[in-house]
Amino acid sequence: MRSDRGQSAPFSLKLAAACGLLFLHLPILLIFVYAFTTEEKSFVWPPPGFTAQWFAVTWNRPDVWQALSLSVRVAAISTLIALILGTLCSAAVSRSKFFGRETVSLLVILPIALPGIITGIALRSAFALTDIPFSFWTIVLGHATFCVVVVYNNAVARFRRTSGSMIEASMDLGADGFQTFRHVVLPNIATALLAGGMLAFALSFDEVIVTTFTAGQQQTLPIWMLEELIRPRQRPVTNVVAMVVVLVTLLPILFAYYLTRDGDQIAGSGK
Amino acid sequence: MSLDAVVPRPAAPAVLPRSGGLRGVLSDLLWRRPGLLLLLMLAPPLLWLGIVYVGSLFALLLQSFFSIDEFSGLINRQFTLKTYGDLFQATNLDIILRTVTMAALVTLASAVIAFPIAYYAARYARGRWKALFYLGIMLPLWSSYLVKVYAWKLILAKEGILTWLFDKLHLSWLLDAWLSLPIVGGNSLSVSFTGTFIVFVYVWLPFMILPVQAALERVPGNLVEASSDLGASPGQTFRNVLFPLALPGIVAGSIFTFSLTLGDYIIPQIIGTSRLFIGQAVYAQQGTAGNIPLAAAFTVVPIVIMGFYLWGAKRMGAFDAL
Repeated sequence: MRSDRGQSAPFSLKLAAACGLLFLHLPILLIFVYAFTTEEKSFVWPPPGFTAQWFAVTWNRPDVWQALSLSVRVAAISTLIALILGTLCSAAVSRSKFFGRETVSLLVILPIALPGIITGIALRSAFALTDIPFSFWTIVLGHATFCVVVVYNNAVARFRRTSGSMIEASMDLGADGFQTFRHVVLPNIATALLAGGMLAFALSFDEVIVTTFTAGQQQTLPIWMLEELIRPRQRPVTNVVAMVVVLVTLLPILFAYYLTRDGDQIAGSGK
Repeated sequence: MSLDAVVPRPAAPAVLPRSGGLRGVLSDLLWRRPGLLLLLMLAPPLLWLGIVYVGSLFALLLQSFFSIDEFSGLINRQFTLKTYGDLFQATNLDIILRTVTMAALVTLASAVIAFPIAYYAARYARGRWKALFYLGIMLPLWSSYLVKVYAWKLILAKEGILTWLFDKLHLSWLLDAWLSLPIVGGNSLSVSFTGTFIVFVYVWLPFMILPVQAALERVPGNLVEASSDLGASPGQTFRNVLFPLALPGIVAGSIFTFSLTLGDYIIPQIIGTSRLFIGQAVYAQQGTAGNIPLAAAFTVVPIVIMGFYLWGAKRMGAFDAL
């Protein structure tokens, strides 16, 4: 039993923690208010009036739909690649000890540990050196590379908790390697993979720094937003898109948290 | 329990017959040779990361030893150190110094704001509150980066909510006085270094909270009690007990805040002055200027700085707190 149970925190600490959390959340909530403002030209506060007309305007904008569709397709393919590569890598690293094991995990983490601009410009210069033209696949190439790590992190944490004797038991009972994978290993790591996949999707869907270097003229949704931030055309539409993006990324994160909440609290840590 | 269940039937063989078919052969082969299985599992991810990522990094490094022909604008693919020499021009040194200073200040501020949140979450939050704190840190961490930056553009705009708030509190003079200061000031908060600083702190703060919280979770509560039983004031307990134990976590968090600030080019572009940061310089060099060698040389700067930083952090035991 913990001796500090029931003991409450000093007021100043409560206040500081509460202010910190408010600082983290208020700006995001503000987006929801601005999506309904009637003001078109400036960011004036308080909003002069409220309207839902901008949702209809945004709905009828083909450029938003195109960007959204490209983002979803890129995120789906990148997540799929990251799931395969991340699972293989985590299985290898957690099942056996081999020479260079540390190097492998470092290599997986590196794309996310180094600033995104380095990954971006590195890919850009590699494409330039090898004369690869920008395409859908150059975006996927970049995204899949840094998505592997989230799948890997979630899967490694789960492998650490599942005991190896289950696999031995399965083999002893007569299952071959493939049956063991299908009926023992996969059900055990399924939710971790799902959580990792969700996060990889959210990461890819939101990525802008690497994408600006690998997309050429194509517009993913974040690139569309970036363009609007630098050269605003219709601010209310940007407000609405921002709000939708908040909601769309919220769901996979909450779901990923729900899937991994007992035990390995790894889902989001180390974006 | 019947006797049948205890005594094995003599008819059942101890070893099952070998399963036939290609699948059986493959399964047996992989079981007998775990090395082969390991190789098959490792090859795809290593090939991908090795070729796509490490290969690209080498391409980048290679480019930084090329130079650009100043008249034709074409890239001269011959080994030279001239591009690295260009880094030491006064304007480029300025950019590097500005970025490193900003990264250091952002790291410091994040640590100060993160500590109370992390401490409360680690020591006092239980059950539902703990989950709430966890989500309360995770959601801003994972929400869209651009949307967060955009939200601050709304907040810091001259006609935005912050100006309105200062006005309502009759503190407009304070804001004006701050904005009229030489370096940190500007026309409005959204075009000043102060604005850039606030947004950096906001965006990277969750990256600091998580490792600090992880480090504080490992500090036994009775250590703090023992310290106050022995007559230490809360301040002394913080200085002599809590802070040293939390330091690896803070260093681990600072790796993220420092590295992310060094490499970011979008925040200073959207909220800030026209003076460049490293990331913006890289972007401008590779884009409009078409000078990929100089852009490559510029990216080597954060890599080298982070190399030293990581080396120092490792010596302080920060990696155990990740």
